[in-house]
Amino acid sequence: MQDILFYIFAAMALGFGVLVLTSRNPVTSAMCLVLTLVCLAGLFVLLHAFFLAAIQVLVYGGAVMVLFLFVIMLLDLKAEERRKIQTFGLIGGLIAVGAIVSIFFRSLAASRPAGSGALTLEGNPYPLGKLLFTGYLLPFEIVSVLLLVAMVGVVLLSKKDLK
Amino acid sequence: MHAGLEQYLAVSGLLFALGLFGVIVRRNLLVIYMCLELMLNAANLALAAFSRFNNNLDGQVFVFFIITVAAAEVSVGLALIVAVYRKRQVTHVEDLATLKL
Amino acid sequence: MSLDVLPWIILFLPLFAAVMITLLTRHNRTWSAGLSIAAVVLGFLLSVLFVWNAGWQPATAEMSASWLSVGNLQVQFGLHLDPLSVLMMLVVTGVASAIHVYSFGYMREDSGFSRYFAGLSLFTFSMLGIVLANNFFQLFIFWELVGVSSYLLIGFWYEKASAADAAKKAFITNRLGDFGFLLGILTVWTALGSLNFGVLQQKLVDDPTLWGPAAAGAGLLIFCGAVGKSAQFPLHVWLPDAMEGPTPVSALIHAATMVAAGVYMLCRVFFLIQPSGALPAIAFIGGLTSILAALAAVQQDDIKRILAYSTLSQLGYMVMAIGMGGPTPAMFHLITHAFFKALLFLGAGSVILAAHHEQNIWKMGGLRTRMPVTFWTFCFGGLALAGLWPWSGFFSKDSILAQALSAHHYVYFVLGLGIAFLTTFYIGRLLVVVFLGSSRSAACEHAREAPPVMAWPLRLLAVLSLVGGWIGIESVLLKAFPGPSPEPVAGFSQQLAGPFLHAPAAAWSGILVFALGALAAWRVYAGTKSDPLPAKLGSFSRAMRNAFYFDDFYAATVIRFHDFLAVIADWFERWIIAGLAVRGVHGSTELAGRALRRLQTGNLQTYAFLFALGVAVVLYWVLGK
Repeated sequence: MQDILFYIFAAMALGFGVLVLTSRNPVTSAMCLVLTLVCLAGLFVLLHAFFLAAIQVLVYGGAVMVLFLFVIMLLDLKAEERRKIQTFGLIGGLIAVGAIVSIFFRSLAASRPAGSGALTLEGNPYPLGKLLFTGYLLPFEIVSVLLLVAMVGVVLLSKKDLK
Repeated sequence: MHAGLEQYLAVSGLLFALGLFGVIVRRNLLVIYMCLELMLNAANLALAAFSRFNNNLDGQVFVFFIITVAAAEVSVGLALIVAVYRKRQVTHVEDLATLKL
Repeated sequence: MSLDVLPWIILFLPLFAAVMITLLTRHNRTWSAGLSIAAVVLGFLLSVLFVWNAGWQPATAEMSASWLSVGNLQVQFGLHLDPLSVLMMLVVTGVASAIHVYSFGYMREDSGFSRYFAGLSLFTFSMLGIVLANNFFQLFIFWELVGVSSYLLIGFWYEKASAADAAKKAFITNRLGDFGFLLGILTVWTALGSLNFGVLQQKLVDDPTLWGPAAAGAGLLIFCGAVGKSAQFPLHVWLPDAMEGPTPVSALIHAATMVAAGVYMLCRVFFLIQPSGALPAIAFIGGLTSILAALAAVQQDDIKRILAYSTLSQLGYMVMAIGMGGPTPAMFHLITHAFFKALLFLGAGSVILAAHHEQNIWKMGGLRTRMPVTFWTFCFGGLALAGLWPWSGFFSKDSILAQALSAHHYVYFVLGLGIAFLTTFYIGRLLVVVFLGSSRSAACEHAREAPPVMAWPLRLLAVLSLVGGWIGIESVLLKAFPGPSPEPVAGFSQQLAGPFLHAPAAAWSGILVFALGALAAWRVYAGTKSDPLPAKLGSFSRAMRNAFYFDDFYAATVIRFHDFLAVIADWFERWIIAGLAVRGVHGSTELAGRALRRLQTGNLQTYAFLFALGVAVVLYWVLGK
């Protein structure tokens, strides 16, 4: 059952990912991205990372994508007019990505599979929160400061008379 | 086939390649940004898978942090895009070539 | 205050003045001159005070502080006080005082007044440094300082091309000699392991064989320094050109400082040179310089050039005396020469000023009645130079001739007499043409006597020129150089008669050649309008006038060779260094830059592509292999 779900979610995530790339209207791209993210949340559930799945939907699928849509709306972007496809860019991209992917899969094939012991880990909020507030307290605080800085930066950037 | 670590990593790798390809090929700044998000999520998936199959919660904590940083990055990046648009009325990278000599 | 401090104060007073003038009083003429003159006069008074209290042989002969210590080389900065240096200190400050005061009058009109006095003070300081130095290293430093300050003063009117060239010539010619001198110092240090005069002397007294095989070479190399500084053949060419400087500077160079430094240095290290076996060469060079310069002086028309060649000749005389093993006569002559040559130059300065900067003696004449003080003092200087009893020059010249006789150098004795004859002849010519007869130019008909500030130094120096030979200078010097010569007697009358008692042959022959020279000068030049000698002597006269073509010879050989080297160096610099090396580097850098610039397209996607490619390469490096 779980394996079937994995393949379904994986296929959907990749499929919508391709649509993000190929659609010419940014709004469509954004919507496809939302779907990809939701599928990833499903994969997280399959990995028993329940808390992460929830956050993925809330933060990514919710907040971040709303931000994207707001900006699209703000800029009033129409569907892109057809531009000449850059053959050079296309071939270059294919070469670079192909190289990385081939290296990646070669090393994946060469690697030993991890020990298949009993998988007991549960990504519940309780153990995760405990770890976050004990072992990772300092990074946690730093990240909170980072968010503050980002917020201030955004406010500054959004001011009308930007020099 | 049983969905083990390799399968998850393969999905993650493909997703990452998709994102990278988009960054290279697409010319709309916003779409490029979305592709960046794709790449970040691919990394998240790999981390979550490692965490699951190694019985170690640290990977999930990392994903948590990455999501937070990604949120900050998106907000700043989008603000920049808006600022550029205000100044130049463009969102196409080809029109943003002031760095060229 | 202890007496030991006095020499230090005397040494540094002129430096203090020079620094203060340069830093503070450049724009105030009176203050600048006042500082400079006060420094040197005070130095002279302190010197007198010092001698009065401490005597010629002070109790503390050496005062020094460690300065540098490199390996086993210990360099000190110190003072060496013995009769030689103390006497010389007195002479330098004394003569320099007279020249400083005189300069106040002579340079009154000049715009570079303050700069002039700063240079003068620096010059005095450098010379005092040489006189008082207790080791070779310090001596060399002040030696170079003398060179620098002479450069500044000879080229004082630097806007005049000839003055700038003369300064350069003096400096470069001196450098040649200094190079040898430096090598000599290094040889001394290698052979004897010390640079301190006292230590060196003690070592040589303890073990005369210590010198070893390096001796002759070292002696000649050290002599090289004196050849440059004291303008001996073949480096004598700078001295006549140095006349481009202001006349008081010439007086300073020719009397108390600069050229005296070479002879003084030779006397100071005579204990090194004597056993080195370089003496015959020194005597030969000295004699050659002396006779050539004396001949050249006979046919000069420029009043300052006559005196310049006269200085050359007299310096050759002193060097010859050293070469004959007589530092005492050499120093004696150096000191009397300082008196009368300073006097002659200052007198010449008065004449030049009165004649509105006319220096050709054939355009003067008849100045005797218009400038009585200058005339009489100049006469005193001339008589001292020519060597008439009882003027000072007679005694010192006689002691050199006596040295030649007692050392059985009869060739040099005859040469010395010949030079003495020529000396009397050319100074007689100068006196007769400039001061007697009738005026040959309008300027000279309205010439006026020099102001008191210039006249009084002349009077003072005239007195010294007269009495310098019999006030005990020689006996002081004899204390400096222990030797077999008999201790002279103390009384004035006995000193006056001394030469006739000790070496009657030398004394009477000296008087004789003076009489001959004076007679010849009178017969040839009395009442003439122009020089009759060129017609009689023909090409030899032209050679004398051009100082035997040494300048032309150097221009044709040394300078041409030097120019040739310079052309090669220029070519090398232009094409190999600037062209190949510098421009090559710059060119290849630019080429690489042009190529790399193609990569900067300004297109974000190109960057992304390159970035991805870079990631791929790194991944391959890490994982794929």
